[in-house]
Amino acid sequence: MTMEHSQIGKPVPRKEGREKVTGAARYVDDLTFPEMIHGVTVRSSLARGKILDVRFGDDIPWNEFTIVTARDIPGKNCIALLIEDQPCLADRFVNHPEEAILLLAHPDKYLLEEARRAVHIEIEPLPAVFSIEDSLARKQIIWGEDNIFKSYRVEKGDVASAWSGAEFIVEGEYETGAQEQLYIEPQGMIARANSFDGVTVWGSLQCPYYVHKALVSLFELPKEKVRVVQTETGGGFGGKEEYPSMIAAHAALLALKSGKPVKMIYDRAEDMAATTKRHPSRTRHRTAVRRDGKLLAMEIDFTLDGGAYETLSPVVLSRGTIHAAGPYDCPNVLIQSRVVATNAPPHGAFRGFGAPQSVFALERHLDRVAAAVGLSPEELRRRNFIREGQTLSVGQVVHEKVRMDKLLDRALELSGYHEKRARFAKENPRCVIRRGIGFAAFLHGAGFTGSGEEYLASEAQVTATCDGKVQVLAGSTEMGQGTNTVFAQIAAEALGLDCEQIEILQPDTSLVPNSGPTVASRTTMIVGKLVETAALVIKKSLHDTGFLKPAYTPGEFTDACREYTGKIGALQSLVKYQHPSDLHWDDGKYQGDAYGAYAWAVYVAEVSVDTRTAEVRVEDFVAVQEVGKVINPVLAAGQIEGGVAQGIGFALYENVVWQEGRMVNGQMTNYIMPTSMDVPSIRVFFEELPYARGPAGAKGIGELPPCPRRWTFRPSASSLKNFPTREVPRVPKASANSPWMEPRPRSRMPSHRPPAWTSARFR
Amino acid sequence: MPKAARKIRVNCKINGKAFSLEAYPMARLLDVLREQAGLTGTKEGCGEGECGACSIELDGLLVNSCLVPAVQADGAKIRTIEGVANASELSAVQQAFLTHGGAQCGICTPGMILAARNLLSRNAQPTETEIREALSGNLCRCTGYTKIFESVLEACRAQRVRS
Repeated sequence: MTMEHSQIGKPVPRKEGREKVTGAARYVDDLTFPEMIHGVTVRSSLARGKILDVRFGDDIPWNEFTIVTARDIPGKNCIALLIEDQPCLADRFVNHPEEAILLLAHPDKYLLEEARRAVHIEIEPLPAVFSIEDSLARKQIIWGEDNIFKSYRVEKGDVASAWSGAEFIVEGEYETGAQEQLYIEPQGMIARANSFDGVTVWGSLQCPYYVHKALVSLFELPKEKVRVVQTETGGGFGGKEEYPSMIAAHAALLALKSGKPVKMIYDRAEDMAATTKRHPSRTRHRTAVRRDGKLLAMEIDFTLDGGAYETLSPVVLSRGTIHAAGPYDCPNVLIQSRVVATNAPPHGAFRGFGAPQSVFALERHLDRVAAAVGLSPEELRRRNFIREGQTLSVGQVVHEKVRMDKLLDRALELSGYHEKRARFAKENPRCVIRRGIGFAAFLHGAGFTGSGEEYLASEAQVTATCDGKVQVLAGSTEMGQGTNTVFAQIAAEALGLDCEQIEILQPDTSLVPNSGPTVASRTTMIVGKLVETAALVIKKSLHDTGFLKPAYTPGEFTDACREYTGKIGALQSLVKYQHPSDLHWDDGKYQGDAYGAYAWAVYVAEVSVDTRTAEVRVEDFVAVQEVGKVINPVLAAGQIEGGVAQGIGFALYENVVWQEGRMVNGQMTNYIMPTSMDVPSIRVFFEELPYARGPAGAKGIGELPPCPRRWTFRPSASSLKNFPTREVPRVPKASANSPWMEPRPRSRMPSHRPPAWTSARFR
Repeated sequence: MPKAARKIRVNCKINGKAFSLEAYPMARLLDVLREQAGLTGTKEGCGEGECGACSIELDGLLVNSCLVPAVQADGAKIRTIEGVANASELSAVQQAFLTHGGAQCGICTPGMILAARNLLSRNAQPTETEIREALSGNLCRCTGYTKIFESVLEACRAQRVRS
């Protein structure tokens, strides 16, 4: 065996790819069970109110139906996650539109739909809250004592001391809207339940053990009586992190009461109306800068709209908070953040998990800081990029050999940034279609935040069978991002085998250990490392017992496995996560080593704006990132390209329209995601600095690409009054008397302290 | 579904094989294929003709099967994803999607492959713009489309080599 990688860095074809390209892959809606019936959910029509009465309309043979209400829940009426505030079925009160109240099941899904419409739920309305502002102002107290689910304070240095010495102080306020994950496979579950065997669910999900935890609590069952199986999952992006617990619970309640397997598949409209979305946000920045562009102080106020229940919002807020000051060195930072309650369906995980919101605000703001100081956007950043040995806002010393300036140089060169900027400036005044080019610089921490990984204590197992097959057992799910293939490559590399010899077991809580949730860019870096370690233990066992020579062929490996299992017994290795002893995190002060490793990136986008029609197009996109060792270049580039496309959608097209807490454009017809005509060819470049603690040197990448939203047409937008530049999505605003209107003047202009600086310089 | 509606017999050829199916005349062809013919490779993403996950070929035309009533399939020749590979040998488009990262979560893949195949049957050497246009009725949330374009271009190359 040589030190050269034989499996790592290779474009190994997707492990389950053949099934996917032939239509043989089985998603939850493709499964049927004998005697299976269908289930639907009856939901709240109002945002907040008291349930007075439930009436069942005429002309429906109700005696054929299974009907479940909160009173049918054997255990606690809650979806257990962080805390237990979200009911599985609303009992006396509803707190958001589309909240589940009652469940129906019947063999005929057409009749079932008629029955759902024939259930009339009378609700006495209560005053509700629909915006961050109203929630903070406590117009109504709708959650706890103050409408605040969670708040954080991150402090570095002393911000107060910096204002007086600053030549410039720049302020700004930025907003982002909700975004629908829009996985193309809608959510769905099949459940079987009885008092003897317990509960089993099959479904489209990211986190089998989250669903498991929720069902154990809801049914008051011992852990071994609940089994969760992930079926092939048609995209997640965070949207199948928490809500699957709700659907699994509903399907299982119907299955228990009816005694039959129950399938619940959401149609697109229900999926968009009822399930989680990216948290809307508001960020305020106040920044002190020296004349030479050095950042002296950053005061950041970051607020998320959490919707009606806490769900995962504190964790989303945490990541957004920690990323709010970006990859910059600033001696004095104060970040205050909170997530507030509103009467909308709970907002939840979506790729990037709070960071895209705060990164958008920061990168937008730094352009204004650059303009105030009189520097180019790239020069301002160059003077402030964090370097090895410097300290991030949470007090984490950067030990990575990061060179953001080099990433910036490369990205600007590959995109022809300087040449284009000069050319566009000259051409634009004469053109109807104007062009612009902009960039964003950012970082993304991989794995759970702070002590999160220590608390999760994930496990993964590798087993070698008597015929030399190697099985990877992990609770990490494949949802398109490449878990199966990457795990196979990592195990194959560790064992000196071919990927074909590695089998990845379907995540099933009765078979695989709890590897933690499939989120937070942690699967490759954290769980992949466990897989690598477990595989190495197998190899060592075979070497130590003398069944395997130091150098071996795949055939000799098979022979050694046969001998070992025949003479000694099962050949398996279960590895548990060990938190590195030099990573420290203080939850009280919110300081320390927030993440084991970061991915670092600079993305450049070129856009055009048709000044007659306001049509915006992204014409070119260059994504340069440092992500540790790339395990599979095709899959890794695919992750970046897909994430960038989601970012383009968020920045330009995807606009959730709310009315009294309800999404009113919940169809693919009027919620617009990018098509093949809207996305440019995305050019992806990797810098590879192997990360010592990652498997084969890899870091996490999945959540990196949707983070930068700032790049969209800085120079062009300012020439178009109908485009908001401080909020996303940047859809032109229509008004009654003119096709477009100016953005609401919601943001204050940058203020300035020294009289030397005038607003004229800003124009 | 109106209770008065009566099921009709739909005789059609799917992937070269004769089927005689029973369905309500206005049932979605998508459901008939999945539930009556057992061909679950055709997927539902939106049910309103936007996403293209349910794309099939109906008498050579690429259609969204969620918008086609069962009655329209009577006497038709249908191709679904299950009829694209030749026995165990993948088609050039399938092979290219596999090796070039055109499939991630895989839910749009059957429709996307049928759309790509339909394009190449009409135009063996499409430009990137033609590929973009031909696939614009098939939404993908995972890939950002770049790897899909590469896959289709690779399939063109492979087909040229084969022929």
